[in-house]
Amino acid sequence: MTGPRIILAKPGLDGHDRGIKVMAMGLRDAGAEVIYLGLRVTPRQIAAAAAAEDADLVGISVLSGAHVALAGEVLAQLHAAGADVPLVVGGTIPPRDVDTLRRMGVSAVFGVGTPLPAAVAGVLSLAGPAEAR
Amino acid sequence: MSGDMRAGKPDQPVVTTDSGIPVAPVYTAADVPPELAERLGLPGETPYTRGPYASMYRGQLWTMRQFAGYGSPEQTNARFHFLLGQGQTALSVAFDLPTQLGYDSDHELARAEVGRVGVAIDTAGDMADLFAGLPLGEVSVNFTINATAPIILATYLVAAERQGVGWDTLTGTLQNDILKEFLARKAYVFPPGPSMRLAADVVEYAADSLPRFNPISVTGYHAREAGCDAVQELGLTMASAIAYCEELTRRGLAFDHFAPRLSFHFATTLDLFEEVAKLRAARRMWYRIATERFGASVPAASRLRFFSGNSGTTLTAQQPLNNVIRSTIQCLGAVLGGAQSIHVMGYDEAFQIPSEEAVTLSLRTQQIIALETGVTRTADPLAGSYYLERLTDEVESRAAGVLQEIEDSGGAVRALERGLPQRWITEAAYRAEQDLAAGRRPKVGVNIYETDDDPGQGLILEQPDPGTAQRQITRTRQWKAARDGRACAGALARLGQDAAGGRNVMPALIRATRAGATVGEMSDVFRQVFGEFREPSPW
Repeated sequence: MTGPRIILAKPGLDGHDRGIKVMAMGLRDAGAEVIYLGLRVTPRQIAAAAAAEDADLVGISVLSGAHVALAGEVLAQLHAAGADVPLVVGGTIPPRDVDTLRRMGVSAVFGVGTPLPAAVAGVLSLAGPAEAR
Repeated sequence: MSGDMRAGKPDQPVVTTDSGIPVAPVYTAADVPPELAERLGLPGETPYTRGPYASMYRGQLWTMRQFAGYGSPEQTNARFHFLLGQGQTALSVAFDLPTQLGYDSDHELARAEVGRVGVAIDTAGDMADLFAGLPLGEVSVNFTINATAPIILATYLVAAERQGVGWDTLTGTLQNDILKEFLARKAYVFPPGPSMRLAADVVEYAADSLPRFNPISVTGYHAREAGCDAVQELGLTMASAIAYCEELTRRGLAFDHFAPRLSFHFATTLDLFEEVAKLRAARRMWYRIATERFGASVPAASRLRFFSGNSGTTLTAQQPLNNVIRSTIQCLGAVLGGAQSIHVMGYDEAFQIPSEEAVTLSLRTQQIIALETGVTRTADPLAGSYYLERLTDEVESRAAGVLQEIEDSGGAVRALERGLPQRWITEAAYRAEQDLAAGRRPKVGVNIYETDDDPGQGLILEQPDPGTAQRQITRTRQWKAARDGRACAGALARLGQDAAGGRNVMPALIRATRAGATVGEMSDVFRQVFGEFREPSPW
């Protein structure tokens, strides 16, 4: 049995990668197969990777305030690539934007202050166990 | 001092500082080395452990420099005027990501990022507007800019020229520390080799032309924020400083000629005594490196001066008002450590760039510590504390060990290329998060004394102006239409020749800026000549 395949990436120009790397390690230790695409990845590249890797979930992290625009572009590109997998967003997300992101189709938001175990459990529950896919 | 006391009884957990230095239940005179007087010196005297200046804050308070910038040059200019009106004593510019990475506001990759985490600067005209009504010969300005530091410096020099201000009167600091971008902050553009050369071009140019300006701020702060501990922060900072100095001396520059204008930047977190120890140890370490390794012979060339940006990662989204207390302690640590310049984090840092209310409170924190507590009355007030002196020695010797490890792997640049310090940082960040989750490290409002309130409740959240990006794009297009296109193209071609030919890029950058070239265009020239860096996988 293998864990879910999760794509993590930082779209946009923001370089704050402490959070996403910690998430990658947490998810890996919880049994997920994590593919971290790195910094300044375009929404199109993220979608292409999600399709090519048969990902169960995509996670992005944005700390520059551009999260609404970038999440929207990633959702659109995922849809265009036929990879309609859950998208989760982390980073400095003001409370008012959480509802906006959810309405746009983001499955969950794990902003600054989310305890690591809660974020890991939340991502895994959305990605689903491998046998249930 | 018996060893078992420091290590703790076998059945008791070892008590340590945040960076893992064992702490004894009590310290006595026996913990302090007999040659303490020589290890300390007087404030303003070698080895500068007690501070770079004899009178310290009694002579002059530290510079209160809140990092600020958002939206357009006009919006940030208004914030600058506001802050100076509230008693801030210098300016510190935050640039948006497109500016930091060398894209004009109308570039495809700039979309959604214009004016977000800082001000958008595309041209010398933008820079002039940023400082409208602010006499650049009188106000000291810090620029948090790295990959595009030489370009931004050129726009600043041209803006000063337009104000009629002589460059010899300019004071302030250009961050210009590219190594820590590869290490932690990640706003790099060009590969490490050309990046080091650009950083050194700036320092070399400034040594001749900008006598009162700090052309580099060697920074441990970002590695610390990304996860490493105080000891690693100090060791990494010294390794970077050595790498820059070697690059400059290799060019034939005399150490005494450029070193007096080097500046440093450290975090100050909540482990108050360890942080003060680190800042004191930093001065002693740098004195030794500057004199023993580089042969510094003038006092200013071995006297470490630093800015402290405190620490954003110690702040929490939960119960955000608690951050005011955290920031106060961190500011106090920077003061007791002898900082020349301080920024205090906004208490709303977990959600946004600080609101006007938050930044004002940060400034007030500095003012209250400076004016109401009396900690400024005497230089290095904690000197002689058994615990602090012991800790200063311990931090210094452990940081020397970190430095040695980096030297053994070939120096700062080579270690970065091999990913060694990056791994330290990532592993430490993961450990810290696990400690937090397991409750091994108490964090009020996070893993102890939690409340059910929504994070961020009660914060004043500022809505970014959605029109900023479009206005900035229009402005830059108008600027390009109004300039002499032929002169600009010629100046950009010359920049390309100088960049490729190994000549110092500053004169050509200044000429191109005067001719109206944009930050994006000059960056494109460098991208063509030097290529772009892509980070290898962290695992």
